[in-house]
Amino acid sequence: MKMTTMSTTAIAALVAGAGMASAQEVRFMCYSDGNECEVYEDVLGRFEAENPGIDVVIDVVPYQSILENLPVQLAAGTGPDIAKVTDLGGLNEYYLDLAPYVDREYWEESFGDTLDWYRAGGDDDGIYGMHSQLTITGAFVNATLFEQAGVEMPGEGATWDDWAAASREVAEATEASFPMAIDRSGHRVAGPAISYGALYFDDEGNGSFEGFQPFAEAFVAWNEDGTMARDVWASQGGSTYQDAAQEFINGDLVFYYSGSWQVGRMDEQVGDFFDWQVIGSPCGPAGPCSGMPGGAGVVGFEQTENPEAVAAVIDYLAQEDVYAEVTARTRNLPAHLGVAAAGVEFENASPAAQDALNAFAASLPDVSPIAFAYQGYASNRAMFGITVERLSQAIVGELTVAEAMERAEDDLEAAMAEAN
Amino acid sequence: MLSIISPLMRLIEIPMLALQRLLGINRLAWVFLLPNLVLFGLFAFLPVILNFFYATSGSDNVMLADRPYVGARNFVTLMDCSSYLDPNTCREDKFWRAVWNTSWFVTLQVGFMVGFSLLTAIILNRDIRARGFFRSVFFFPVLLSPVVVALIWKWILQREGVMNAFLDWTGIGGYNWLVDAQWAFTWSVFISVWAHMGFYTLILLAGLQAIPRDVYEAATMDRASPWRTFRRITLPLLSPTMLVVLVLALIKGVQTFDEIYAFTGGGPGTATTFIIQYIYEEGFAGAPRLFGLAAAASLMVAIVLLILTLIQLWVNRRNADG
Repeated sequence: MKMTTMSTTAIAALVAGAGMASAQEVRFMCYSDGNECEVYEDVLGRFEAENPGIDVVIDVVPYQSILENLPVQLAAGTGPDIAKVTDLGGLNEYYLDLAPYVDREYWEESFGDTLDWYRAGGDDDGIYGMHSQLTITGAFVNATLFEQAGVEMPGEGATWDDWAAASREVAEATEASFPMAIDRSGHRVAGPAISYGALYFDDEGNGSFEGFQPFAEAFVAWNEDGTMARDVWASQGGSTYQDAAQEFINGDLVFYYSGSWQVGRMDEQVGDFFDWQVIGSPCGPAGPCSGMPGGAGVVGFEQTENPEAVAAVIDYLAQEDVYAEVTARTRNLPAHLGVAAAGVEFENASPAAQDALNAFAASLPDVSPIAFAYQGYASNRAMFGITVERLSQAIVGELTVAEAMERAEDDLEAAMAEAN
Repeated sequence: MLSIISPLMRLIEIPMLALQRLLGINRLAWVFLLPNLVLFGLFAFLPVILNFFYATSGSDNVMLADRPYVGARNFVTLMDCSSYLDPNTCREDKFWRAVWNTSWFVTLQVGFMVGFSLLTAIILNRDIRARGFFRSVFFFPVLLSPVVVALIWKWILQREGVMNAFLDWTGIGGYNWLVDAQWAFTWSVFISVWAHMGFYTLILLAGLQAIPRDVYEAATMDRASPWRTFRRITLPLLSPTMLVVLVLALIKGVQTFDEIYAFTGGGPGTATTFIIQYIYEEGFAGAPRLFGLAAAASLMVAIVLLILTLIQLWVNRRNADG
């Protein structure tokens, strides 16, 4: 009996050992804007059950680690196998091309133009990333303050100037602290800047701040005359990100330009404190009423020891039913064209949040081609940082707008010279 | 206890004697120094050498093998100025803004720090009530993490912070302190002094207590006034300690980063951006990562710190020699 027990134990240990040795471990570096990593953990648990040879370990990290630590880890060859990233084109040199392992036709049909955001440009047609959450910038408006002030909201096709005038009027009438605010981010001002004529590219397709000055002048003037919440851009240094969501939630802000990823937060924190709505992006003197697309995607890295397993994990997440479930549970806009076409019933979203997400989705066709190209530009992060630094210096009076623009061009030239 | 130690010592004695016979008594010293030398070499000396290679190479690659040699280009970029007094005339204007901000910050912070620390130490050295309690109170901020210090003061000074609530209550009216460049800089100096003063007060207090009592008794018998006693006895006898405090505060001042970065992020604009923040942002926070420029700037800071450290060593040696 004793002998039998020992033999059984030994065999079980051997089988378990062999199983462990053959299991391919895939490490997934994940950050959450809301509950994304939690949902991935749940969904990938099912994937593991269906694929016993693959063990997916999700390492949840702060967003800052994705921005600052991940590139260094990748350069040193010690990165994860998979990560959720926002510097889509900037990390291209490290991406694993999924094309040999997945159904190209399905991916191209499902993810369309967003696949370009992960490519190196030129004739690169690799499949590198699944755009997991599509975002678009746009404005949140405190409808209750408008109602209290008896001011009518500017209608469709209204310009930034129209909204600035209306917001000032509302803030004055209701004693709200700030008429308007835009997040302190180069990405956030890109849409408005394009509406004012920013081209972001020169004739050869290289990054440029050509045409940015009219928006810079308007924005600096709004910060000086109190139309914009000066705290957001002037109370920080460097290229540090700063949002104004809390001011909006507190009912201190009439018009808040941010993006679709804030819907969940607004839904949870504003509650029935006041009525809010999303109005998309105002138009500018140059014509477009463009927001800026963006978001995050799941990519695999070339340095992985298990490329097939990595591709299998990402391909699983890209399947329409899985993608639709994750989108509904995380309350993000879908980049998967099939899921978008079928429509998403967002889980636990209030009618206001559902309307807001629909309003953001409805503003997608207004996005300028320049904004799409800028989002996919490999050096856009450098340009975002330069925009924030130099525009802030103009706002606080360290530089004139013209000097700031000149410096921005010089910074970009220097950055391009150093970049690979 | 001794019964345990003695056999252990005998156990070590055998290989040590063998080693001593092999190397000779003079070389044995190096064996004892080896662990420290290895650690110092790996974590202090090697990074300095690597930093030099980064400073003389370009591109945003991390691996040295992938970085082309560019000679002194990064240093030239940093030093390219029409007038060093006006950062706007410099090619790398952010570096020179950081240099000037750091210079002003160090001058003001060190001046106030040494002055207030001395005053506090003198008061705490007197026979006042609850002296132990007050000594703890002044030392308490030193125990706080720099980020905690920054967050506490940010909550106090932000637009809807405690300070403005108080000013509104008194009818004076609040002010947006952190959006005004001059106020943000002034508060940065104040917070830095507040956070570190306790440490220097403690050193000066020790210095004050080391002054022999009989010197003061002699001054009292000679009817010297308190001011004269302070000027002719306290200050001269405390000056070696003060010099140490001054040099230490200077070194710490140049290295200022974490609490001000968490407090203002270097803003508004670049009003509170100091040299270490510049290095951090160029090398790690920005895109692309300009390691070469950051390494060149950090070598320049290292030279300044080296000079200050040599002064400190010289002062210490002079004090030790009496």
